[in-house]
Amino acid sequence: MSILRRVRHAPRRLVAAVAVLALAAVVITITALAGSAPAVHTHSQFVAGTPEAGRAVRLDTTLYLPAKTPAPAVLLAHGFGGSKSSVASEARSLARHGYVVLAYTARGFGESGGLVHLDAPNYEVHDASLLVTHLVSLPQVSRAGGQPRIAVAGGSYGGALALLLAGTDPRIQAVGADITWNDLAQALFPNANGAPPGVFKKLWAGYLFQAANTGPGADPACGRFAPELCAAYEQAARTGTPSTALLALMRASSPATVLDKITAPTLLTQGEQDALFPLSEADANARGIAAHGTPVRVTWRAGGHDGADGASEVLSALTGWLGDVFGGRVRGQQPFEISEQGSAISTASGRTVDRTLHVDGYPGVPGAAAPRREVTVSGPPQTITAPAGGNPAAVTSLPVIGSLLAGVAQLPAFSALGTIPGQGAQFLSARLPARVLIAGASTVTVTITARTSTDAILFVALHDVAPGGDDVLPSNLVAPLHLTGLQPGTPRTVVVQLPAVVREVAAGHRLRLSVATTDLAYQLPADPRAYTVALAGLSAPLSIPTADGRVVHPGHPAAWLLTGLAGCVLAGATVMFVFARRRRALHADPDLAAVPVSIAGLVKEYADGYRAVDDVTFRVERGQVVGLLGPNGAGKTTTLRVLVGLIRPTAGVIHVFGEPVRPGAAVLARLGAFIEGPGFLPHLSGRENLRLFWAATGRADDEADFDTALDIAGLGTSIERRVKTYSHGMKQRLGIAQAMLGLPEVLVLDEPTNGLDPPQIAEMREVLRRYAESGRTVVVSSHLLAEVEQTCTHVVVMHRGRLVAAGSVSDIAGAGGVQLAVEEPDRAAKVLAAAGIAAHPVPARRALEDVFLDLVAEEPR
Amino acid sequence: MSTPSEQGAPTRTGVHERLAALSAGAPPAFDPRRTLRLRVEFVRQLKRRRTQFAAAVLLVLPILIALAFKIGGDSTGGPGLVDLATTGAANFALFTEFASVGFLLVVIVALFCGDTVASEANWASLRYLLAMPVPRARLLRQKLIVALTLSFAANLMLPAWGLLVGSFFFGGAPARSPLGGTFDFTESLWRLAIVVAYACGQSLVVAALAFLLSVSVDNPLGAVGGATLLVVVSNIIDSITALDPYRRFLPTHFQYSWLDALGPTVSWDDMMRGTGVALIYAAVFFAIAWLRFDRKDVTS
Repeated sequence: MSILRRVRHAPRRLVAAVAVLALAAVVITITALAGSAPAVHTHSQFVAGTPEAGRAVRLDTTLYLPAKTPAPAVLLAHGFGGSKSSVASEARSLARHGYVVLAYTARGFGESGGLVHLDAPNYEVHDASLLVTHLVSLPQVSRAGGQPRIAVAGGSYGGALALLLAGTDPRIQAVGADITWNDLAQALFPNANGAPPGVFKKLWAGYLFQAANTGPGADPACGRFAPELCAAYEQAARTGTPSTALLALMRASSPATVLDKITAPTLLTQGEQDALFPLSEADANARGIAAHGTPVRVTWRAGGHDGADGASEVLSALTGWLGDVFGGRVRGQQPFEISEQGSAISTASGRTVDRTLHVDGYPGVPGAAAPRREVTVSGPPQTITAPAGGNPAAVTSLPVIGSLLAGVAQLPAFSALGTIPGQGAQFLSARLPARVLIAGASTVTVTITARTSTDAILFVALHDVAPGGDDVLPSNLVAPLHLTGLQPGTPRTVVVQLPAVVREVAAGHRLRLSVATTDLAYQLPADPRAYTVALAGLSAPLSIPTADGRVVHPGHPAAWLLTGLAGCVLAGATVMFVFARRRRALHADPDLAAVPVSIAGLVKEYADGYRAVDDVTFRVERGQVVGLLGPNGAGKTTTLRVLVGLIRPTAGVIHVFGEPVRPGAAVLARLGAFIEGPGFLPHLSGRENLRLFWAATGRADDEADFDTALDIAGLGTSIERRVKTYSHGMKQRLGIAQAMLGLPEVLVLDEPTNGLDPPQIAEMREVLRRYAESGRTVVVSSHLLAEVEQTCTHVVVMHRGRLVAAGSVSDIAGAGGVQLAVEEPDRAAKVLAAAGIAAHPVPARRALEDVFLDLVAEEPR
Repeated sequence: MSTPSEQGAPTRTGVHERLAALSAGAPPAFDPRRTLRLRVEFVRQLKRRRTQFAAAVLLVLPILIALAFKIGGDSTGGPGLVDLATTGAANFALFTEFASVGFLLVVIVALFCGDTVASEANWASLRYLLAMPVPRARLLRQKLIVALTLSFAANLMLPAWGLLVGSFFFGGAPARSPLGGTFDFTESLWRLAIVVAYACGQSLVVAALAFLLSVSVDNPLGAVGGATLLVVVSNIIDSITALDPYRRFLPTHFQYSWLDALGPTVSWDDMMRGTGVALIYAAVFFAIAWLRFDRKDVTS
């Protein structure tokens, strides 16, 4: 049994090896992750800023030092209403990536002194220049060619500062500006017609003003705003139109004025969910900077002022960009990345997630073409009204809670808020024949007729309408349109720029152009109005910018599939090849065609060197009942396993009727086997087991002789019960019956009498004797000597894997001297002694047991 | 061994006479290509409790999910598969697939493919099949065909039954995509077919590993558990995004790429990648299974 156990250990080792490998992979991963977070040291101090109204102003800063210095430095600015602590995690992450980071609180916020001047060149931008000077003085900041390596980055308020600083301070070598403006007047008073000033973005402006209006010691009316800015804002909030003073202040705070002076390579990330600073602001910045040959990389990311997503995207884009700039890898056309929102489904949650598209170049800059598609929208002229007081107004997006709305924006209930009956004109396209990726601002020409007023305020948007009626307003964005100098009743035809969005419109969907009179986020006229909105000739082409983007995954998908198919072919070919090589030439021996079993030089050695069978040679002739005799572990079962093709011999060959035996050899069909206990499907009855066994041989049912087998099993009605209910003896008899199905020419039985009671053993003995008399052959193994002696005509004695003796039972038992039977042993002995012949009394017939014990005792060890 | 008929000891002269009257045996008409035909193997497997149990689980699960939605009322939140599950039959079927493909179907496929050879070894019936003789490569082929057929049937049955259960509970409304838009009935069926076909392709990895373990160990539990363990470990490692871009080569990385079939247009890219990866793993595992079993000493 120990041999078997040893062999069974092999697969367990395999499983253990797989488990250990998997564990190792996990440990390595965790170690790698833990090891990638080097220590960052921080140091906070106040740095002198630009004095204001004769008083010194201190700026609250924190310096983040990476593990290794000197290193390039990044001046990190925060968003409106924030402080240096709102960029702490970003600063720490940059420091971990090996940058010296100086985060600071802008004037007018937090612990820093001074007032808010809205990124004015003389105040906030000058402050930043002073901080750059501070950075230059630090020994931890690395230099290249004598120049300190300094970048500036920030989002929103900080992003505009970064651009303004880069346009005024030549020491800046790299810029990263996130979700920021190009022209503050255009951003806060946008006009889809291009002509400023447009419609006041009152909700956002009010919210921003409030953000700087709080804090300790703040003026109750103006907070920490500079007085002139505060007054200009309040005037605009009252009237809805900017004063000249406000326009001048906003102009000064706009990166648009300095774009031509920016020479540092610039990364512009802009959010797609952003009603405050839409993609068009970044587009204007990119064009302005690129126009003078400065490298610009543009990324349209998820989130924005209306969405919380995309922070990690910005950080990875920024670290990648800084690495490229300081590594000297910014050359030629920069890739353009677009986050396609909700265009994939999360595998973890089943919810929609974003997907990033790569476009070779940004279409707005020289060298990259902007592909456009035209889709015709049509509809009759429609007259729409604006209610008095601008109420009720459509709700498309709201500051701050915009991110919450983004999630429910696709629900019908919210779409309903976006359209108020009678306030909107609709123009539909036909179903799109193929998908269209809208990437940017579409344009369309419309004709507006104001009925009663000399100006018009309208909100234009493009919707994606699914066949089922689902109506989605991409990114919840509308473009406000402000027309002035109209004559009531006289149409005016204008080109309208729709909101810049990223949206994949599927084939079969329609596009809907809507023109509405109200939107809650904007300043609306107080008087009731009516407009007629029409398209020239009832239909108009919609010019859609699109992008030839691809999902970020290197490699062609088809190559993966082909590799997989090739792998299958290769694996198949390998198996075929190895099989062909393994089928070593074993030849039939015609001389042995009449010999049921011939075993020659059989050796079975296991991997650990244990020889279960060692050079065994014997033959079994027709009509014999051969007993394979030996103690446990003698190699009997192993020999029989080789005989029926279950295990491969290490050396030697077995022929059955002259055919060599190998696993699956067809000649094995002439053998019926019962090896080391029965094996049945426990959930089936005895009869079903026999039926299925025979069915599996593929031979005809009438060859099986089920009646004989069932009689031999002798299970009576129990044959219909499931095998799992059988006793050991019942299974044993069923197993022998199974071996005799089809009455094979050679019957191989391994320990057949195990578990049988004496009458059954006697019965079995008779069955085997008669079976052999029909000219068939029986090979029986047993460790019971008496059993073999009574059942078999021939015997093969094995011990420790070796063949000890072979021959007929009478030959073997008779070996070792001549016997003389006498009537009266004692008297005979005296007579013989008197005659000078030595005599010993011995048992009447020498038992095989004695011979066997003698044979075994001859063995050394 | 209580009734006289079971005792069986009395000499059955009838048998003895029949045996004595036997003519000498002749070589049987044996054709290895007819051994263990698929019909026989199907009967052997279909009558097993574990097959019937797995079928019962797959039949009950969609009903349980449907009842849970009925009791739980409407869900709120973003436009996810779970939020759309009660829209109609097709969405319900998709959600059922989404909820099951990560583990339940893995276990069932591992059960069908991992248990098939190992359980024969465990019952000791394997040696009688081999001594019959069923050629070893043929034994594996026949068993794999049946195991894969059962696995694919489970993969197909879950959404198909989900469709029926869903139409009973939530009506036959057309499928709504989480990415916006709806499909008509024909389109819904077509998308479901893509989902099932892809899921079947992905389950090849689990099937192949389970099958390899099945021919390597004598304990069916080890084979089924080992294959399931691989999926669990692969999923854990796949959740570590820092391992990009190597995660893509994990056997389960593209497990859910059938979600790409739910967009307005079917995106085949990741499904092609996922199928490629699955084919490679499956080919390697199957090849090792065949090579190992061919030389294996069957001692159980």
